[in-house]
Amino acid sequence: MSCQMVYPRNFTFSLQIDLDTIEVSNLNRQFLFRKCHVGQSKAHVARDAVLKFRPNINITSYHANVKDAQFNVEFFKQFNVVLNGLDNLDARRHVNRLCLAAEVPLVESGTTGFLGQVTVHVKGKTECYECQPKPVPKSYPVCTITSTPSKFVHCIVWAKDLLFAKLFGDKNQDNDLNVHSSESGASKSNVFERSKDEDLDQYARRIYDHVFGYNIELALENEETWKNRRRPNPVYIRDALPEEDSRQNGSSHDCSNEQEEPSAMVSLGFRNPQEIWNLADNSRVLLKALRLFFEKREKEIGNLIFDKDDQLAVEFVTAAANIRASSFGIPLHSLFEAKGVAGNIVHAVATTNAIIAGLIVIEAIKVLQGDYKKYRMTYCLEHPSRKMLLMPVEPFEPNKSCYVCSETPLLLDVNTKTTKLREVIDKIIKSKLGMNLPLVMIGHTLVFEDGDGLEEDEAANYALNLEKVLAELPAPVINGTKLTVEDFQQELSCSINIKHREEFDEEKEPDGMVLSGWSAPVEKQVTSNGGASSSGAPDTDGNPEDISTKPGMKRKLDEVLDSKEKFDASSTSSAQVVDDDDDDDMVMLDEDPKLAKKKRLQ
Amino acid sequence: MGGGVPEELLTAQETALYDRQIRVWGVDAQKRLSKAHVLVCGVNGATIELCKNIVLAGVGSLSLMDDHVVTEDDLNANFLIPPDESIYSSRSRAEVCCESLKDFNPMVRVSVEKGDPSLIDGEFLDKFDIIVLSRTSMKTKLFVNDNCRKSSKHIAFYAIECKGSCGEIFVDLQKHSYVQKNAGEPEPKELSYHSLQEAISVPWKNLPRKTAKLYFAMRVLENYESSQGHGACEISLSDLPAVLALRKNMCYEMSLNESQIPTALLERLVAAGKKEHPPVCAILGGILGQEVIKSISGKGDPIKNFFYFDDTDGKGVMEDIPGPSTN
Repeated sequence: MSCQMVYPRNFTFSLQIDLDTIEVSNLNRQFLFRKCHVGQSKAHVARDAVLKFRPNINITSYHANVKDAQFNVEFFKQFNVVLNGLDNLDARRHVNRLCLAAEVPLVESGTTGFLGQVTVHVKGKTECYECQPKPVPKSYPVCTITSTPSKFVHCIVWAKDLLFAKLFGDKNQDNDLNVHSSESGASKSNVFERSKDEDLDQYARRIYDHVFGYNIELALENEETWKNRRRPNPVYIRDALPEEDSRQNGSSHDCSNEQEEPSAMVSLGFRNPQEIWNLADNSRVLLKALRLFFEKREKEIGNLIFDKDDQLAVEFVTAAANIRASSFGIPLHSLFEAKGVAGNIVHAVATTNAIIAGLIVIEAIKVLQGDYKKYRMTYCLEHPSRKMLLMPVEPFEPNKSCYVCSETPLLLDVNTKTTKLREVIDKIIKSKLGMNLPLVMIGHTLVFEDGDGLEEDEAANYALNLEKVLAELPAPVINGTKLTVEDFQQELSCSINIKHREEFDEEKEPDGMVLSGWSAPVEKQVTSNGGASSSGAPDTDGNPEDISTKPGMKRKLDEVLDSKEKFDASSTSSAQVVDDDDDDDMVMLDEDPKLAKKKRLQ
Repeated sequence: MGGGVPEELLTAQETALYDRQIRVWGVDAQKRLSKAHVLVCGVNGATIELCKNIVLAGVGSLSLMDDHVVTEDDLNANFLIPPDESIYSSRSRAEVCCESLKDFNPMVRVSVEKGDPSLIDGEFLDKFDIIVLSRTSMKTKLFVNDNCRKSSKHIAFYAIECKGSCGEIFVDLQKHSYVQKNAGEPEPKELSYHSLQEAISVPWKNLPRKTAKLYFAMRVLENYESSQGHGACEISLSDLPAVLALRKNMCYEMSLNESQIPTALLERLVAAGKKEHPPVCAILGGILGQEVIKSISGKGDPIKNFFYFDDTDGKGVMEDIPGPSTN
C-alpha cells in the first residue's frame, strides 16, 4: 500500500520509515520493488523508485523501527499529517499515541485480501485509533498445545514453538516439551542432546519416537485428561515407515542441487506445496529436514528462530505438525496451508492495496486542506452493501472511556500476594496497554522504569522489584492501591486501580489477571484454513489484523446496516439515511438508535 | 475462459512470487490468469493503474494500443512515463508504458499494438479474452462491444473513464458463469449482461430515482462530445453552457427532472477536461483490475454492470442498468 500512496502528489516534504527488507513474496503488489532489490531496505528502495518519476520531491527514508526513540513527539510535530501502512497492532498503537501527543492528524489503513479500510484520526475531533478496541491475537492455553490439541493450529504452535525451538533454537529458553525418557535412567539426560558423532539418522529417529511415541504414551497415562476426549495414537517410526527403518535416507537419493537452499521436499522429489502428504511422507520430510539442518546448517543450530520464508523450517514444522495431527485425529494440511498458519500470513493482492492507497491520499488531501467536515472512514467491501463497494462513513467523536485519548482510570483484578511486578508489566502494561518503555509509580514511589540512561544502582533496584510480588514492593500494592503508569515517549499516562482477587480461571483467565474499565478487546480466532479469514499476529507484508477483525468491524457495520434495512427508502419521516436528493451524497448513519450514544462529528 | 486448465503445477518462481495472492484466489485461478490475453486501448492514468495491477497479478499477455505521442500533460497521472523528455519524446504512450510495464513482472508478455480502436474487429479481436477501452468515442466503444458480442469466442468487454475526481466503469460479460462461495460451499451462478448499446438506451424515466447521478451526467457528456465531433475529453469549461442546454433537452426527452443531473457535477466534469486525479485513477484501476481477475478466474461476483466513484462523497457504487425494454 505504501508503494502506491507515495507517488501521486507533489508533497513538498515526505518521510518514510520502514524496518523491513524486501522479499520475493512482496513483489506481487509492492511494485516499487524488483527482484534485484530482494534483501534491501524497503524504505530506501521505495524512495529511489519514487524519485525516478517525481524527481523534485523531498523524501527522506529511514530503515528503522518506528518505535525507536528517535521518533519522539518532537519528531512527529514536524508533520502536517501521518499516513500509516503498518502491519502490526503494536506499532499502530504506538504511532497513534505519538500523533495524539504531537497533535498531528493520522490516517490509518489496512487491507486483507479483498477487504480494506481507511480511517482518519484527529485529536479532539474524532476517535483515536484506540477508541474502538482492536482484537489481539489469540493465544492458546499451554495445556492445549502440550497435551490436548484439537485443531491443526495447535499442532503448528507445538511444532514451531516447542519442537523446532527445542531442536534448533536457543537452548537456554524455557520450553514445555518433555525431554526426559524412561530409558535415560537415573541420569535424566536430555533426549534432545545429540551425542558426539551420533549417527544423524539414529538421532532423528530417536527424536521422532520420543515426541510422537513416548511422550504420547506418557500423556495417555493420565486417565483424567482423556475421560471426555479422543485418545491420541502414539506413532513410532517403525509404524510410520516400516521398510525404511534401517535404511539410510542417504545422499544417494538426494535430488537437490548442491548450490540451492537445502530443502527436504526437493530432496525427496515432492514438487507440489499444495499437496497433502500422508503420514509416511510427512515422516520422511521430517527426518530429511532434520538431517539437512544438521548437515548443511549446523552453524545456525542453537540460534534459529522460525521464519516463514525459511523453506526448510517450514517443511520441518509442516511435517511435525502433521504427524502430531495424525496422532490426535486432526486433519492434515498441505505445506502451503501450514505455512500460512505458522507464518501468520495475511493474503494480499495489488488491487485492494491500490484502492485503499487512493482512498488514503484522498483523506490526506482533505487533512492538508483542513477540510475536517469531509473526513471519512471508508470501507472497501468484497460484496456490495446497498450498492456500495466503497462505503464512506463519518468519523465518530472520541470515545469518552478511551484510556488513551480520554484518560479514564482502569481496573486490574490481580492476586497481589502471588503475582510479580514483572508479570503485570509484561502481560498488562506492555502487552495490553501497548506501552513500550513504561514507568510505574505507586504514589510518589517509582518502582520501575524502562529505557536507556538508567544508573547502575537504579537499574539493579528495578530488576529486584520486578521479581517481587506486588504486595511486597517498596510501596506495597494491595487492594485499592492505585498505580500510575506512563510511557514518556508516547506521552501516555494511565491510572490503574488494583483489586485483589485470590482465584482466576485457568482457561478463561489464563493470564491470572483481568484488566477492565476500557472497551474490552474481542479475541479473534486464528483459523487453520490458510485461505479463509486470516490470522492474528502480523506478517511483514503490511496487512493488519484490523480488517481481519471482522468480528469487531462487522458488528458495528451490521448494526448500522441492519437497522437501515428496516426503513423504506422512500420514507420521509425520520430518514436514517440522508437522501440522495442532496448534492452531498453522504451516507449519514446518525439516527441509528444503537449509535445514539456515540455522537457524530459535527 | 480459455478452455480447460491442464493439471500442471505452477513453477517454483510463480509459487514464490504469487504466494500471497494464491491465498486469496487459489492455484486454479492463478493458472487461468496466466493464460489470459488482455487488450487495453487508451493509455491514461486509470488504464495504466489497471495494467499495473493485472501485470502484477500474472496475466498471460497484455497488449497496449495508443498511438498518441506522449506529452507533458500525461506525466500528471501516468507514473509509467519517466519524466525525461529524452526517453518519451516522439514516442507513443503505448510504447513508453509497455517498456515500463515489462519490468513489473517478467513472466507477463507486454506488447504494443499499433492502430486505432475504431478499426478493431474480427480476427484481431479474437486474439484476446478481455478488451478494455478508454477515452475513445462512444461510437468506437459501441462498435468494439458489438464485435465482441458477435465473436464466437467469449470476450469480456470493459470501458473505463476518469474525469477529474469522478469515474465510470462499464462491464459486459455477456453470459458469465462463475462460482460463488456461499457459507464455504461453492455455488455455481450465471449472469446475463446487457450490451453497451442496451445499457445506454434505457429510457431514463424507467430507472430508479436513486440511480447514480454520474450515469446520467456521463451520458450527457458523451452525447455532447459526439455531437460536437470532439474527441473524447476535449471539452472545457467554456462548453458548460452548451452542455447544460443539452442536459435540459435530454431530460425533457427522457422525462427526467433536471435536478437529477446537478449543475455542479456537470461543471466539475467539464472543467476536468483531460485531467485525472491520481488517487481516483488508483481506485478505478484497482476496481477494474479486480473485475478482470474475477472474469478470467470465474470466481467471485462480478460488477453488473456499471461502477461509479466520486471523491466528493467518497462512495463507490454499483448500478445495474437494464436494457431499453421495460421489464
